[in-house]
Amino acid sequence: MKLKQLSIFLENRPGHLSNACEVLSNAGLNIVTMMLADTSEFGILRLIIREWERAKEVLESAGFTVNLTEVLAIEVADEPGGLEKILKVAEAGGLSIEYMYAFACKPNKNALIVVRFDDISRACSVMTDSGIGVLSAAGFYNEA
Amino acid sequence: MKNNIHPESMPDYLVPDELRALQLIRLQDTVQRCYDNVELFRKRMDERGLKPADIQCLDDVAKLPFTQKTDLRDTYPYGLFAVPMKEVVRLHASSGTTGKPIVVGYTKDDLDVWSSVMLRSFVATGMHAGDVLQNAYGYGLFTGGLGAHYGAERLGAAVIPISGGNTERQILVMKDFGVTAICCTPSYFIHLIEKVNTSGVRFEELGIKIGIFGAEPWTEAMRAYIQRESGIKAYDIYGLSEIIGPGVGIECSEQAGLHIFEDHFLIEIVDPETDEVLPDGKEGELVITTLTKQAFPMIRYRTHDITSIISKPCACGRTIRRINRIRSRSDDMMIIRGVNVFPSQIEAALLSVEETVPHYQILLTRKGGLDQIEVQVEVTKEMFGDRIRELESMQKKLAFAVEHVVGLRVPIRLVEPNTIVRSEGKAKRVIDQRNKGEEIR
Repeated sequence: MKLKQLSIFLENRPGHLSNACEVLSNAGLNIVTMMLADTSEFGILRLIIREWERAKEVLESAGFTVNLTEVLAIEVADEPGGLEKILKVAEAGGLSIEYMYAFACKPNKNALIVVRFDDISRACSVMTDSGIGVLSAAGFYNEA
Repeated sequence: MKNNIHPESMPDYLVPDELRALQLIRLQDTVQRCYDNVELFRKRMDERGLKPADIQCLDDVAKLPFTQKTDLRDTYPYGLFAVPMKEVVRLHASSGTTGKPIVVGYTKDDLDVWSSVMLRSFVATGMHAGDVLQNAYGYGLFTGGLGAHYGAERLGAAVIPISGGNTERQILVMKDFGVTAICCTPSYFIHLIEKVNTSGVRFEELGIKIGIFGAEPWTEAMRAYIQRESGIKAYDIYGLSEIIGPGVGIECSEQAGLHIFEDHFLIEIVDPETDEVLPDGKEGELVITTLTKQAFPMIRYRTHDITSIISKPCACGRTIRRINRIRSRSDDMMIIRGVNVFPSQIEAALLSVEETVPHYQILLTRKGGLDQIEVQVEVTKEMFGDRIRELESMQKKLAFAVEHVVGLRVPIRLVEPNTIVRSEGKAKRVIDQRNKGEEIR
């Protein structure tokens, strides 16, 4: 249910993002989805990669500071009110969202969002109990 | 108690009056030799109307002219030598930051004194015959390597003359050679700790008990970090090529100031601005006169090291006085927009914030005629937890700690790990680009 997410500390300077991506591409690792948070001086690159253990290893041996966190991949109906429904459930369940990111999906399918909650285990059960689709890792990678 | 004292360490325990009497005889002899054999010194004495016979008591040392580092450069290479070259058996040189190096020489007797004070230094840290010393000070023109080498051999320790650098080999030797003691610069040792701890072995498992660190100023906070992360006891050693090399002073098991081998070195503290001699306890610049050096004697050498003398007896029983850990070098001082800032202050501030390891660098630039300072700190795994606000709060904590200590707002830049160049000798903490044109980014 929970998805492993890798976060990398990057300085906000030209070339630093591509360095990280180069390490992954040299190792033949594909990024399923990603999000870049930034400030004027530094950024955090968050990555979902199927072979996250190997990705972590190659990034760390290339000298990056890598943090491992767990996030949920949630199915969202690709229609008006789709996201709102999920946020209402989170609100009613007293869940706090740290951040979330989405990616476009194939036609006729639901959208997918990646959400980091403060309490992921509880978030997982709140969502499932409310009938909201939380994808398993395998399911997520298939969708992706 | 004296039964347990190493015979060569006996002068550490001299009755103070006897020590002072010995110092006076040796001072008078040194002044006479310098007057007879060193032109610059004789000229300066004559200008003051001073004769060697005017040195009647130890306080008379204050009448003597100072020797500055520039004097050593101006008389390059051998102008301050007090013996003919046929009596010199060793030459060392220290890298000058500007132009020519400084050349120092030793007679056979000088080398004997040097290895003896190094032996006494090792003894003070609890080392003895049977210890295995990894000597990671650089061998060569630098005095660190050979100075430690001969002192440790004289003690009967097994010396591994690995010299500086080649971190992989250092770690292999540490793991396989039964090393019990190590000496190198403190910043390089921190680098070694990190490398060992990420190689799947905990440093504590290696069996190293004693570390002797010097050749650059370091802080109490760095000691705490080293001792916590490596499980060794870390001792500060003091010395400089111009005086003899390492072995001028060392901490004992109390780790509360560095004992100076006063039977060979006469110490004073002077006000760096007024040149006035300051009483014990007052902080100022350390000035050293060698008492037994033959080839390259030094009269009132201005070390630029800022410290104070501790005259209170030490719990270890040694009667030779101590100096406080060198707080800074007066020539390391940075003046940023009128505020005096020492790199050691910044380091202590950074280390006071949890989770930071001391990989940092101070960058000085000039923008629109104004000095800019920035401290770059590497982000470690411990600091980094996926949230922007955690990083920002770390940045704030560091900036607050630095501002609190130096009284100046200093921007902190978080940088990626391993981007600050690691030094295998003296760490380069300050990058001064103020006179290299403006705007570097």
